[in-house]
Amino acid sequence: MTVISARGVVVTLDGNRILTGVDASAGAGEWLAVIGPNGAGKSTLLRTLAGVLRHEGEVTVDGAPLGGMSPRERARRIAYAPQQPVLPSEVAVFDYVLLGRTPHLGYLAREGRHDRDVTRDVLRRLDLTGLAGRRMGALSGGEAQRVLIARALAQEAAVLLLDEPTTALDLGHQQQVLELIDGLRRDDGLTVISTLHDLTLAGQYADRLLLLVDGRTVAEGPPARVLEAATIARHYGARVRVETDPDGRPQVRLVRPGG
Amino acid sequence: MTSARLRPVHLVVVLALVAVSFVVGMVTGAARISPGQVAAVLLDRLPLVSLDTGLLPVQESLLIELRLPRVLCGALVGGLLAVAGAGYQGVFRNPLADPYLLGAAAGAGLGATVVIGYFGGTEALVPVAAFVGALAGVALAYLLGTAAGRRGTANLVLAGVAVSSFLAAAQTFVQQARVDELRRIYSWIMGQLIADWGQLAMVAPYALVGIVVLLMHARLLDVLSVGDDEAAALGLHPVRVRLAVLVAASLATASAVAVSGLIGFVGIVVPHIVRRLAGGGNRIVIPLSTLGGAAFMMLTDVAARTLVSPAELPIGVVTAFVGAPIFVLVLRATRVVTP
Repeated sequence: MTVISARGVVVTLDGNRILTGVDASAGAGEWLAVIGPNGAGKSTLLRTLAGVLRHEGEVTVDGAPLGGMSPRERARRIAYAPQQPVLPSEVAVFDYVLLGRTPHLGYLAREGRHDRDVTRDVLRRLDLTGLAGRRMGALSGGEAQRVLIARALAQEAAVLLLDEPTTALDLGHQQQVLELIDGLRRDDGLTVISTLHDLTLAGQYADRLLLLVDGRTVAEGPPARVLEAATIARHYGARVRVETDPDGRPQVRLVRPGG
Repeated sequence: MTSARLRPVHLVVVLALVAVSFVVGMVTGAARISPGQVAAVLLDRLPLVSLDTGLLPVQESLLIELRLPRVLCGALVGGLLAVAGAGYQGVFRNPLADPYLLGAAAGAGLGATVVIGYFGGTEALVPVAAFVGALAGVALAYLLGTAAGRRGTANLVLAGVAVSSFLAAAQTFVQQARVDELRRIYSWIMGQLIADWGQLAMVAPYALVGIVVLLMHARLLDVLSVGDDEAAALGLHPVRVRLAVLVAASLATASAVAVSGLIGFVGIVVPHIVRRLAGGGNRIVIPLSTLGGAAFMMLTDVAARTLVSPAELPIGVVTAFVGAPIFVLVLRATRVVTP
């Protein structure tokens, strides 16, 4: 069943048309990875799905149009973790994750016991309990990334939008974060839409890929169908060889010129 | 562990500081009156309470009609400037934002100067003109800064600078035209605390609304600290929250300016000291700055009244003279604690 869907989304920023009629959708427990070369509009698409950008076309969550929702209603259904979050350095990790409870609070209300319980639970599941009292400014890149995801999970939304969740991370932390997201959608049935610039990672983790180029969808489907050498050559201007894993997932390798 | 929420111990300490400052403010002066007598006079005013204060009627009326309104005016102005500063700093995510940033000071200055210059006889009009001028200055800056349709705060600050310069130029023009009133204009600009129940009553409602709205928005300012996009994704209207806080902080600033002229320093230094000593979350900084600002100003006023007694120093000069060394001390003392 489709949880979140976008039809004919057009976004114009500062007079430049960034998205020119993009369709995208994802069902419960599904992981859709948005891929594409730099400047294709991947982050813009995610921000549009998060409801923070003015757009034409229609985005619906559980069949209800995003445009008709208050920001609070929207935030209870969709959680968003940006690529470059603003991390207030003096705030403690616990309090930062607690901010994720905002959509569940009245305009001038304060967090209650339930909100703190949810926050503690999320920290425990992400193995962050030991960092609860740490200042945000004292976290490593990998820790900050997990804390950001924790804040998104504290929203208890059915849809999780993650913009490049692994960019700043080393190999081990990449694996840790991606496995974590994979577990969350399997265990909790979360719908995950993420941008990923590493094509092999995208192919390994996502159920479906959406290849965005110049603000339009040029290919969409299971990783093996989207990640073809010819497609990648055309849109990335890269010479690659695509091999297939024993489990059927494509592996994208660069081919050196003359090699 | 750092926490975003206010700890009771901090609140108790600052409340005690306010109480001590109040008593010191009430007993300081040419006529010697003890803290006990001050308490007796105040309690005697309560319904159903009748105490023998042992003071002459003239001393009692001195306390009630002169010292009490002056001390309360100091507390109010200090609290207002500090909480307005904290509010502006929260909105602009910058600890150097000042209550006068968006043109409140220049607007109030122009308003007061016009009234002193052209309507010299009507003393009661000066606070009204300052109040209206301050709000008009901020409103103008806000309209200009948001006219471009962008959501960020940089345009707003630039518009504030432009509006301030323009209004200051207009004020200078009026001063040049009315040179004979320069002394009164400058004495207003340097800041003074009035001792007048009528003026206090006039600004009290606006001051109260400003403070209450700021206190209620402290948590939302914390949410806003993660940036506009993310705050929106967390279910907030960043522009609305910002507007509410700016309106409240500007009301607070205008109320303060109306009864005291321009008093610098308080709006930046008090929130900064609070941040250093108690923590940086807006739910700590906003309430503690309100109280801390009140205590700071009551004590500063004591210094203004006693340092060159029987003459008085302009309060704006004293806030800087007294405040700057305190500020440096706090910076030094906390340098190691805050990494």
